[in-house]
Amino acid sequence: MSTTMTLASEPAKLTRNALTAERPTWCPGCGDYSVLASFYKILEKRQLPQENIVTLAGIGCSSRFPYFVNTHGAHYIHGRAVPLATGVSLARPDLHVYVFGGDGDGFSIGGNHLEHGARKNINLTYVIMDNSVYGMTKKQTSPTSPVGFKTKTDPTGAMDRPVNPVKKLLSAGATFIARTHASQVSHMMQMMERAMDHEGFAVVHVLSDCAEFFPDAFDSANPRKGGEFKVIEEKKWDKTPEDALRHDITDEAAAYRLADHPFPGLFGVFFQVNRSTKNDLEDMLIDSVRGKMGNLSDLEILQQTFHRMK
Amino acid sequence: MTYMTIPATISGGASIFQVRIGSGEVLSAGDEADFLVAFYQHSYDSHIGSLKEGGVLLYDSDHVQPNLDDKRFIYVGIAITSLTIEALGGTAKTKGKNIFVLGLLAAIFNFDAEKLKTLIRERFGKKNAALADTALIAFQAGYAYPVEDLLANRYHFEPAAHDPNKPAQITMDGNQAIAYGLIAAGVRYGAAYPITPWTSVMEILRAELPKYGGMFVQTEDELAAVSMAIGFSYSGNLAVTGSSGPGISLKTEAIGWASMAEIPLIIVNVQRGGPSTGLPTNIEQSDLCQAIFGGHGDSPRVVLAAATVEDCFYITLEAARIAKKYSTPVFILSDSSLSTRIEAFDEPDLKNLMQNLKPDLTPRPAGFKPYPLDKITQHAPPGTPMLDGKYPVLTGLEHDETGHPTGSAGLHANMTVKRRKKLQQLAAELPLPEVYGDAEGDTLLVGWGSTYGPIREAVNRVRQSGEKLSSIHLRNLHPLPNGLDTIFAHFRRVVVAELNDAGLYGFGQLATILRSRYCDPKIQSLTKTNGLSFLVKEIINGISK
Repeated sequence: MSTTMTLASEPAKLTRNALTAERPTWCPGCGDYSVLASFYKILEKRQLPQENIVTLAGIGCSSRFPYFVNTHGAHYIHGRAVPLATGVSLARPDLHVYVFGGDGDGFSIGGNHLEHGARKNINLTYVIMDNSVYGMTKKQTSPTSPVGFKTKTDPTGAMDRPVNPVKKLLSAGATFIARTHASQVSHMMQMMERAMDHEGFAVVHVLSDCAEFFPDAFDSANPRKGGEFKVIEEKKWDKTPEDALRHDITDEAAAYRLADHPFPGLFGVFFQVNRSTKNDLEDMLIDSVRGKMGNLSDLEILQQTFHRMK
Repeated sequence: MTYMTIPATISGGASIFQVRIGSGEVLSAGDEADFLVAFYQHSYDSHIGSLKEGGVLLYDSDHVQPNLDDKRFIYVGIAITSLTIEALGGTAKTKGKNIFVLGLLAAIFNFDAEKLKTLIRERFGKKNAALADTALIAFQAGYAYPVEDLLANRYHFEPAAHDPNKPAQITMDGNQAIAYGLIAAGVRYGAAYPITPWTSVMEILRAELPKYGGMFVQTEDELAAVSMAIGFSYSGNLAVTGSSGPGISLKTEAIGWASMAEIPLIIVNVQRGGPSTGLPTNIEQSDLCQAIFGGHGDSPRVVLAAATVEDCFYITLEAARIAKKYSTPVFILSDSSLSTRIEAFDEPDLKNLMQNLKPDLTPRPAGFKPYPLDKITQHAPPGTPMLDGKYPVLTGLEHDETGHPTGSAGLHANMTVKRRKKLQQLAAELPLPEVYGDAEGDTLLVGWGSTYGPIREAVNRVRQSGEKLSSIHLRNLHPLPNGLDTIFAHFRRVVVAELNDAGLYGFGQLATILRSRYCDPKIQSLTKTNGLSFLVKEIINGISK
C-alpha cells in the first residue's frame, strides 16, 4: 500500500517541538517522563515521516502516552492495546506501530493478549512501564507488586506471587525481550532503539517508579539511590575466553536463567531471534492465493464464486 | 429452501433436515410435511405429528415400527440398514444409509441422478477416491431399488422455465450470503473467535479474503477479536467482527469505545437461543435489546436485521454504507435459521454493487477536527499528513472537538447529543417499509429478521380465505425509520411477532421498543421461545385470539 504523498513543500524536520502535544498529566517525579523524553529523542534522531508514526495505548497512567506525542494515536480500553495495534500493524505495513502501557495493562487484564501478540509475532514495539502498583486508581496491588507490599486492596500486604515479565514473554514466544530502568536513560534509549529495529514482537520492560504510591520500588537497581544496575553482557563472538561467559541472546534456556535472578534482576537484552512475523506470513498467504488467481479483479473473483453457486 | 435442526451434542444426535420445494416464492419450511423419512424410532415418534394427512412415511424397517393402525398416512417400509450393508459388502456398518436414501429419493422424486453423482464425487472425492466410490455404490443401490408403484409415479417435478432476461439463480446459506456480502461491500479485514452458529462466516472469510488481498484473523478471544477489528477500521480499512450472543456480550466494552471514538465497524450477531450457552443450535431473536442497548453509558450504534438469506447479502452492503457514512458501529442481526438454511435467489448485480474501499490518506487541511460538533465525524486514518501539524488521538475518554480529553460537564452533554444526532439523521433518511397485504384493516403484523417468511405466508393464507391481514417487516431496528405511526394509523391493532420472551410486562423486545417509541397501547405482542421458528398456523392462531 503506497502512502507516498506529494506535499507542497518538503516536510519539516521532525523536532521535539513538533512531537510535543499535550503537557503530560503525570505526577512530578514519575518515571514515565524519562520514557517520554527518550521516545522524543529517538524519533528526532530517526526522522520517520511524522504521519506514519502511531502511538497506541490501553488504560493506566503510562497509557496516557499517546496524548503527549503529536502523532496519530489512540487511547483505547484497558488491556486491549495489543490486539488494537495488531489490526493496525497487519493492515498497514507502512506505519510504525508503538504501544505504550503499564504492568496492569500488560501482565494482568491484557496478559492473554500479550501472550498471543508474542506468539503471533506481530510486528510492533511495546514499551511496558512497570511501576508495580496501580497508581492511577491510587494504590492497589498490581501483578508485579512484591509479596508483602501494602496496598488498599492488600492492606496486610500482597500475598500473590508476582508475575515474572521476562519469563512470561519468553514462554509466549516474543522475539525481542529487553529490560531497562527509567532512571538509566542512555540504556533505556538503546533498548528502545534495538526494539524498534527488531522485525517482530519487541517488548521493552521498563522499571518506572511511581513517585506517589511506590517511590522507592526500584531503588535497588538505581546507582544514584545506592542500588546496582546489573547489565547483561552479550556475547561478542570474539572467540576470547571471556566471551564464553557472556549471554547468547538467541539462547532461550539461558534467557530463562537470567530472568530468574532475584529482584531487581538484570537489565539488557534477554532474548532476540528472527522468526517470521504474522505480517509476513499473511502476506505470503495472500501472494500464494493471488498467484493462483491470475490477474482477476475483485469483481471477477466474486463473479466466479457466484458462478459455481448456480 | 432447506432447514437444518441439529442438536448441540458433540457426537451427534437426532438431526432434522427439511426441504421445501415450490415453483413460486418459498417463504418458510411449512407447517406440515408431505413426505417424512424416518431412520430411527425416535425420528418417527417425534415427527409423525408433523406429517400431513395422506402424506408418505418412508421408514427403515430395520429400526422403526410405525403404528400401522393409524390410517391417515401411507407407509413404505424399506430395510434401509440391511440393504446398505448388503450393497457395500457388509463392511460399512451403518454408514452410507443417508446416501442410500438419497438414491431412493432421487428415484421417487425423479431428481437428476447424474448431477447428484457429480455432487457426491465432489463432496467425498476430495478426502479419498475410495470413499467417493463407496458413496456412489450406496447411491446406486438406493436409486435402483424397486420402489413400489405407489411411489414411482406419485411425484413429478419439472425444471422451472428460465427467462433469459432474468438473472440466474444462485444458491447459498445465510452465513455465506453475509460473507460474500461483506466482500462485495469492500470489507477486506476482520477478526473473530469461533462460536456456533457464527463460525462459518469466519471460515469463509478466512479462506476468501486473501484472494482479495485482505485477511481474517482468528484471535485468542472475543475481546481481542473486536479490538483487532477496531484496529483494522482505525487504520482506514472498514472491518468486521462477529459472534453469537455470548461472544457479543464479551465484545460490548470495546463496542462502547467504538461508539465513543466514532469508529466505523460491522458487528455480525448470528443469534441463537440464550441466555448463556442456552440453545446453541436453535433459533431465537432474543439479542435485539443487547444489540441496541448492550453496553455501559449512552452508546449509540446502528442495528439492522436480515429477513432472508438473500437479504443477508444486501444488508451487509447497507451496513457498510452506514458504518462509513456515519462513522459508527453497525450490528447485523441474523440467526441460526438463516445461517444454515439454503435458499435460491437472483444473482446480485455485482458490477453495480461491488465496492472498493481504501483508506483515505489525502492530507487534511489546517483546522481538521476529528470530532466536530456540527458535522458527522470522518476520521483521518494514520498515515494521513495533517497540514497544520496537529495529529489526532482517538479516545474513549470524553473529549472536545480536537479529541482532547475533558471532564467538562457541558461538553459531555453536547458530545452525547452529537453522537445521538447522527443516528437521528440516519432515521430521517430511511425509507418506510412496504405494507404487504391490505393498506388498512384490523391487524398489522410487524416482524423482523428470519420470521419474514412465515409472517408473509400467514398474510397470504388469511387473505386467500377472504379476510384482511397486512404486515410490515423491519430491517432497520435502530434507528427505526421515521413515520411508522403513519402506517400504524391505518390499523386497529399492531401485533409484533418475534421469537423471544414476552417478558415481565407481556411484550417481546421489538414490541417493547415500538411501545416506548410510539406510546401506543394498540401495539401488541406475539412471542415464542421453543427454539424453532414460527409455524404459519401459530401466527394465524396467535392473532385470532
